[in-house]
Amino acid sequence: MINRLSKSIRQYRKVSLLAPFFVTLEVIMEVLVPTIMAYLIDNGINKGDMNAIGRIGFILIIACILSLIFGVLSGKYAAEASTGFAANLRKDMFYRVQDFSFANIDKFSSSSIVTRLTTDITNLQNAYQMIVRVAVRCPVMLVFALIMAFNVNHKLALVFLSAIPILGVGIFFIMKNAHPVFEKVFKMYDSLNLVVQENLRGMRVVKSFVREDFEEKKFKNVSKDIYDNSTKAEKLLMFNMPLMQFAMYGCILLISWFGAKLILTDSMTTGELMSMFSYATQILMSLMMFSMVFVMVTMSRASAERISEILDEESTLKNNSHPVFDVRDGSVDFENVFFSYSDTDSAPVLNNISLSIKSGDTIGIIGGTGSSKSSLVQLIPRLFDVTGGTVRVGGVDVRDYDIETLRDAVSMVLQKNELFSGTIKDNIRWGDENASDKDIERVCKLAQAHEFIKDFPDGYDTYIEQGGSNVSGGQKQRLCIARALLKKPKILILDDSTSAVDTKTDSLIRRAFAEEIPDTTKIIIAQRISSVQDSDKIIILENGHIDSMGTHSELMETSDIYRELYYSQMKGGEE
Amino acid sequence: MPGGRKFTPRTRKLSKRDADTVKRLMTYFAKYKFRFTLVLACIVISAVASVAGSLFIKVLIDQYISPMLLSPEPSFAPLMGAIARMAALYALGVLSTFAYSRLMVSIAQGILKTIRDDMFTHMQSLPVKYFDTHTFGDVMSRYTNDTDTLRQMISMAIPQMFSAVITVAAVFTAMVTTSIYLTAFVLVMLIIMLRTTKFIGSKSGQYFIKQQVALGKINGYIEEMINGQKVVKVFCHEDKAKEEFDALNDNMRDVSSKANKFANILMPVMSNIGNLQYVIIAMAGGALAIGGVGSLTLGAIASFLQLSRSFTMPISQISNQFNSIVMALAGAERIFNLMDEQPETDNGHVTLTNAQYNSKNEIVPSDSYTGMWAWKCPDTDGGFRYVKVEGDVRFDDVDFGYEENKTILHDITLFAKPGQKVAFVGATGAGKTTITNLINRFYDIADGKIQYDGININIIKKDDLRRSLGIVLQDTSLFTGTVMENIRYGRLDATDEDVYAAAKLTNADGFIRMLPEGYNTVISGSGSELSQGQKQLITIARAAVANPPVMILDEATSSIDTRTESIVQKGMDALMHGRTVFVIAHRLSTVQNSDVIMVLDHGHIIERGNHEQLIAEKGVYYRLYTGAFEME
Repeated sequence: MINRLSKSIRQYRKVSLLAPFFVTLEVIMEVLVPTIMAYLIDNGINKGDMNAIGRIGFILIIACILSLIFGVLSGKYAAEASTGFAANLRKDMFYRVQDFSFANIDKFSSSSIVTRLTTDITNLQNAYQMIVRVAVRCPVMLVFALIMAFNVNHKLALVFLSAIPILGVGIFFIMKNAHPVFEKVFKMYDSLNLVVQENLRGMRVVKSFVREDFEEKKFKNVSKDIYDNSTKAEKLLMFNMPLMQFAMYGCILLISWFGAKLILTDSMTTGELMSMFSYATQILMSLMMFSMVFVMVTMSRASAERISEILDEESTLKNNSHPVFDVRDGSVDFENVFFSYSDTDSAPVLNNISLSIKSGDTIGIIGGTGSSKSSLVQLIPRLFDVTGGTVRVGGVDVRDYDIETLRDAVSMVLQKNELFSGTIKDNIRWGDENASDKDIERVCKLAQAHEFIKDFPDGYDTYIEQGGSNVSGGQKQRLCIARALLKKPKILILDDSTSAVDTKTDSLIRRAFAEEIPDTTKIIIAQRISSVQDSDKIIILENGHIDSMGTHSELMETSDIYRELYYSQMKGGEE
Repeated sequence: MPGGRKFTPRTRKLSKRDADTVKRLMTYFAKYKFRFTLVLACIVISAVASVAGSLFIKVLIDQYISPMLLSPEPSFAPLMGAIARMAALYALGVLSTFAYSRLMVSIAQGILKTIRDDMFTHMQSLPVKYFDTHTFGDVMSRYTNDTDTLRQMISMAIPQMFSAVITVAAVFTAMVTTSIYLTAFVLVMLIIMLRTTKFIGSKSGQYFIKQQVALGKINGYIEEMINGQKVVKVFCHEDKAKEEFDALNDNMRDVSSKANKFANILMPVMSNIGNLQYVIIAMAGGALAIGGVGSLTLGAIASFLQLSRSFTMPISQISNQFNSIVMALAGAERIFNLMDEQPETDNGHVTLTNAQYNSKNEIVPSDSYTGMWAWKCPDTDGGFRYVKVEGDVRFDDVDFGYEENKTILHDITLFAKPGQKVAFVGATGAGKTTITNLINRFYDIADGKIQYDGININIIKKDDLRRSLGIVLQDTSLFTGTVMENIRYGRLDATDEDVYAAAKLTNADGFIRMLPEGYNTVISGSGSELSQGQKQLITIARAAVANPPVMILDEATSSIDTRTESIVQKGMDALMHGRTVFVIAHRLSTVQNSDVIMVLDHGHIIERGNHEQLIAEKGVYYRLYTGAFEME
């Protein structure tokens, strides 16, 4: 995992090394200060030598200023390193996701990918910044301060050797016990948020069924769990402070006692005693800080794992090594096609499908929810690969095409379609970046969208809000169809794309298709019989297999399902 | 998750509003008055112990080591005693720290729990209007971000503040008694330090705001692109997306790098200014001692050096925390805003009760579920009158608007006789859903009268009114839990058999039994394991188990395909049988068999009648039916 992530450091390797380098220099300066200070006290203040005070003081001031400069530099480089690393990581992930197949996207779900690209990256950036700076600073400080302490007086420094294990072991046990409880608490926060979320979404349901008290009880249960556990975890954590004080005070008392003895036997000076007090602070504080940093870095491990998962995910669709770059025509053939979304699914979603569609035909597909209508058509632009059998477009196996070539030739309007924030023009241009305004108007007329676009005050420059929230469902569907048409596809697939369009407009769209793009193969999935009634061929899907196939009049005679649907929709109806 | 970790950058000064927020926060401490006083006492002891430690160095050097150096036969016994006394004081300090830390945990967590619970309880009491006018993410962030910052403030910032203030006071006293001159010097250094902090802080603040803007932009882009990833793929738009992303990402890196730089250099600058101060005090102290000014001893200088460290540290701590406190107060204010929202008012006094006929064929209340309901109306003489719930709903000249002066519904008059099916059709925004919002009093009418079994709905207790109305919405809201629990949501005391029966009635039983765990299959919040149609079937079963006399179906079948709908329809017909039903549907096939169809346009009922009548009228309904009008 660490190898995987460290690949994203790239051009920031240098600053990533400079940050700890300058931190080390800063620490060395800081660690020198108490020792030099001891000279100042012994040779300057104690002897009453003003010259010595000036001279040694000057050296000290230089040391402090150097330390300041080094500190600032390390902070600067750490910032550059961590933000650069995060940017690279974000980029690597985003690029990787762009290469994902539909199967990959479904595996992770959009919202989870978004979290990984946002929150998790931020967590990792903070962790990285800590690693290159504070995580280096603490152990270096600990080691150098110890060395200096031994240098000043090796007997007295033994005090630290007894204090460090006590504090270290104590902190270790606190963290070890508190950490799992904290993890538990985080999970509970998730459930708490879930309760709130569900209540917000379903407030009308809660109120209609008068379940306010019920929901309150649910919330308070989780809330109580959080209280119990976080109290437990934090109480454990609170041992840290007194433990630290205990170690610190212990050191001060021991240093005072033994120090006094050493001074009396002339093995130590007062200044040196003072420096030992300073080293006590430096050593114990850095140990404490290190434990905190350690916990914070380990907490980001989950984020690191989630990011690695994305980076390690191989796209399930691979481009052929010798791809075909030309789609001859819009004919489609399914030959004994089996398909399931995952290897573990026992029952395939599509079961031995064979059918052939002539270029330029209009095909209607109907069937109930779960009859795998969408699954069937998604195989044509190779959004998924078949589990068994072959799908051919223009006589060539879809797996042999260059994916982009294939998808440019096969334009699909998805059932769950999205518009993006930007003008109507921008959105339509997704189909063809270089399309002229005239081209755009042409496809919008085909999709019966021109009329309503014209009525908007800003016309084609009307700004579409994120998700297309400022146009109606029917308008959105027509814009999506126009966008797909702009690709000038050889095959056009509409996956239930006119459900919110009124029947009259729906039929106008189909008529326009028949007149304006007769050579394009049109595959239409619909709920309404009227949308597919005049197709060259209507396919009825039922539980993943073709129930029957034929023209409207043929099916009226042969298919019970079709007749039943027809009469339920046309009940008393004259159209 | 929408509204997850979004955060609006703000830098602002403390204001009067914040003072009010603090005051209000303090009321939560009132419950812990005793414990909190104890905490304060412990903090004082702990601070005193630490200051005494610094002063001890002076005692050690001046009173023990120096005299002992001069004495030919030094005795260690007095030193031993002094260290023992100090050890005792230290022990007390450690114990106090331990005590106040632990006490503070219970207090902080307790307060947070109270605030959270209060907030949720209050939220449940708010009218639907609140949720219609506030975005999901906005409310959600009060439970996540705002409570989070508040947690940090209460459990960390507040005790640290107190401890800092007390330590600073104690240290200052000790410093002044040790040397006035050096104290003055420390104060000068302190001012320099604070100035520097402020400068760096404001610089970094500026860049952090920019960083938040950049972060918002890039996260927004990511969210939009990833959610539309399938469209991106279908249109081979990947390269364009990468290009746009790169621009945003580079900008984000640059701004964020600057912001972090300033934040990062704050710590080394502060600590090294602290070191400088340390050095200069030693030099100045040495000079004063040599010059004989202020009778400074070596021990005093040594003590003072230690003291100066404990003086500046808490102050820079406070200044570091200042920003987080301001943020926490803003969060607290938002939480309190929610708690101050006016809850739903309810002046109703007519209640709903289970009922049955007694031997004399009179309606009498029953303690258990009978499937029959009655309104319990208080009489003027203190007794009660029972009216059978039949489901007779009348609107008399009802006007309504979501905002004042903006009437949405005009002069709506309609009546639904018990057992009738009343349908509303019309374009989006015509007011269909609004009418149903009025029946269950999610909103209150501006003018006119709505009667339910002859009782004005204003005098019916809201909870009871709603209990008598079943509702199935287009937006299927299920809750995390098993299918069984979700259906039982309709009536909590329903037995398993009741649930099965309701599911069978609504044709949901079949598919539920096909699920991996049948009725015990756990549905997660989003219910992504189920198709939209299946989820809708569960919500219909949920309404069925409640068995209310009146049903409202708001686009209940619009997300079900027509083939499945015909299956659901049978269940729905069974569910509707013998009840008054209000139906809103955009698929006209679902409303054709209604007793009355109301065509709404801009808040007016423009046509009414049954299907045949309206077709014969050749009006708007006719045109809708023949597809000349668009419904969405």
